Amino acid sequence: MSNPKDLTGPNQPLYEARKGVYPKAVDGFFRRLKWGIMAVTLAVYYITPWLRWDRGPYAPDQAVLIDLANRRFYMFQIEIWPHEFYYVVGLLVMAGIGLFLVTSAVGRAWCGYACPQTVWTDLFLHVERYIDGDRNAQTRLEKAPWGPQKIAKRLGKWSVWLFIAFWTGGAWIMYFADAPTLVRDFWSGEAAPVAYATIGILTATTFIFGGFMREQVCIYMCPWPRIQTAMMDEKSLLVTYKEWRGEKRGSLKAAQADPAAFGDCIDCNQCVAVCPTGIDIREGPQIGCITCALCIDACDNVMAQIGKPRGLINYCTLDDAEVEKAGGTSHPVLKTLFRSRTLIYFGIWVSIGLAMLFTLGQRTRLDLAVQPDRNPVYVRLSDGSIRNNYTLKIRNMETRPRIVDVYVEGLPGAVVWTPAGKREFATQHIQFAVAPDAVHKVQLFVAAPAEGPEHSAFTISTIARTGDESGDSDTVVFERPEREKEGEQ
Amino acid sequence: MTKNKRIDAPTGTQTVGHEWDGIEELDTPMPRWWVFTFWGTIVWALGYIVLFPAIPMVSSATQGLWNWSSRGQFEKELQAEAVRRAPITSALAAISVEQLAGDERLYQAAVEGGRAAFKVHCVQCHGSGAAGSAGYPNLNDDDWLWGGDMPAIHYTLTNGIRQPDHDETRFSQMPAFAGVLSNGEIDAVTSYVRSLSGLEKASPKSAIGAALFSTNCASCHGVDGKGLRAFGAPNLTDGIWLYGGDKASLTTTVNNARYGVMPRWDNRLDPVTIKMLAAYVHSLGGGEANPAPAATPVPKAAKVASHVQP
Repeated sequence: MSNPKDLTGPNQPLYEARKGVYPKAVDGFFRRLKWGIMAVTLAVYYITPWLRWDRGPYAPDQAVLIDLANRRFYMFQIEIWPHEFYYVVGLLVMAGIGLFLVTSAVGRAWCGYACPQTVWTDLFLHVERYIDGDRNAQTRLEKAPWGPQKIAKRLGKWSVWLFIAFWTGGAWIMYFADAPTLVRDFWSGEAAPVAYATIGILTATTFIFGGFMREQVCIYMCPWPRIQTAMMDEKSLLVTYKEWRGEKRGSLKAAQADPAAFGDCIDCNQCVAVCPTGIDIREGPQIGCITCALCIDACDNVMAQIGKPRGLINYCTLDDAEVEKAGGTSHPVLKTLFRSRTLIYFGIWVSIGLAMLFTLGQRTRLDLAVQPDRNPVYVRLSDGSIRNNYTLKIRNMETRPRIVDVYVEGLPGAVVWTPAGKREFATQHIQFAVAPDAVHKVQLFVAAPAEGPEHSAFTISTIARTGDESGDSDTVVFERPEREKEGEQ
Repeated sequence: MTKNKRIDAPTGTQTVGHEWDGIEELDTPMPRWWVFTFWGTIVWALGYIVLFPAIPMVSSATQGLWNWSSRGQFEKELQAEAVRRAPITSALAAISVEQLAGDERLYQAAVEGGRAAFKVHCVQCHGSGAAGSAGYPNLNDDDWLWGGDMPAIHYTLTNGIRQPDHDETRFSQMPAFAGVLSNGEIDAVTSYVRSLSGLEKASPKSAIGAALFSTNCASCHGVDGKGLRAFGAPNLTDGIWLYGGDKASLTTTVNNARYGVMPRWDNRLDPVTIKMLAAYVHSLGGGEANPAPAATPVPKAAKVASHVQP
């Protein structure tokens, strides 16, 4: 970052006021690409919660739903329970490795195209241009004294920003509850307080970050630019001003007078004018550059006007910069993309994805967890037999009620019953009706003759009699009194 | 240090003035909003100091304008919890002990409430898992001195066992046989009692004991030794021994008798808590069905159905 003159010297101020950035509108390949990506990302963000997905009568019909209250995560045909949170962890790991992959392949493309801060700031900038006019009109308006016109324009701009910010927060909460119900509850004042609080916070952050903080978020707040400096190498794509072709820069007139003394850069400052973070790319790679590539569009337009080849500012790796400086031709882009580092990242990324898909296909929708009750470890019954208590958790992860059988194997003479049942009618097997998409927690009494080893491992199994007939089992230990004690009595 | 401040030529920024091994630090100005945020946090802290207890004084801290305290907040939470529980508490107060086991939802609520109350009032003798120890009954098993259905457990809890000056208390008194029977006779009786549950094989000695048993013990423990709950006389034929089934323990019991006591809770706990404790003890695995009501009108079919446990 360049330092303005007034900050130098022994009496520099304690803090630095934000310099206004008034990016100029530009058209070109990358601008259109950004339009496209903005349209897609915003559409995904706003439309996703409204997609419906039929899951039958016992589960919500929202395609993507993070149901925190009931601890379920729905994503199309996939339903994730809290104990399957590792799928979410896997997604986050994939997102992390995906960022590494993108960074090693195309540099800070995330920052320049897809980061919400970039997308919403871009949207706000368009609103600003629509109301205040382009760069020069904006600077004029900024300097103008407050009057009816300036007040009207400011109020208009802020209203539109607030409107967008409100819908940003509004769309966010739709992911956490049934969207149509929530909209109705929201406007009738019946939604949960946390919904209003979330909308309020997200409206405020969107309004402030998109309207006023803008590039300050990237430069001062975001850790990603710092991580980037560690992630980049000499083969990472950077937006590069090719100073070996541009320098010595000079006005068009001066260059025409003495073509041999000047490079292609005519010092028109268009690259600076369009930059949304207010930097001068000709100073080289810097933390403020989010590689949005708008300066490439601006420079290409100028080069076309003055009849020079495009690409004075262009995506280029540090390696290629050296090659080009030495007069060679740079590698094709594909060779930059497919190199060992990107392939390794891609391999890891794909492996995690495939492993998750595989386990998703393998998982059963009936799960049994058995916990022995430790206090007391065993109970001697009046007929001399021994009872152990276990707490069963039967998870019915199908969205329909199911009948499941629970039975014990490997414990001779054992019978099972529950507190609601009677030992007189107990057998090795017991049946439960389990509610759809629910955990059935029940205490199981297991009684067996006192004769037998002190610790006998046996199996408690469950199998669904309805639904997918899946099953699960758990091996637990049946505890009997210590031998010496037996002898005493 | 200030005197070492200088302007760094490449950046044009002032240095902070200190230097280690030739390394200096630039005094780059912070963004203005950052400094304002810093001042904002100080203003926030000032508000906090005024509103909440903050400044330590000699015996306590300043009160703060809102008069907040963590203890006060806890009291409020307790009150809110009591309000939240009020419907269940009043339903428990209204329902009879006989009907409680038939109302699944209320019964479960009572069990959970009893679990908590048990940890406060009962664990000292019966243990945290209600497994008891020598002299203190295990409440998990299916053997009951005074009965294991809801009304019986509730009665024991309410009135206690062997409480003086309380007419309703559970009371029984086994005679101490030291001096009444000779040592040899007591040895024979204990052998017979142990043979009832198969701890000893029948022998000539136990045959002598059988005769002594029918004269001295059968009136309370029954001719077959299966005990009598009306007297709190234990069943001697099962596998459970409150004071131990080994020869030595049994000899002590016959010689001196045992008079275990349990407090009555009706003058210590409210009726709802006693009901909840009864439900908890009943739920531990040995709970018995209510006794069939004798000579009462036949209840309606629907009511019978609601009493059947699922």
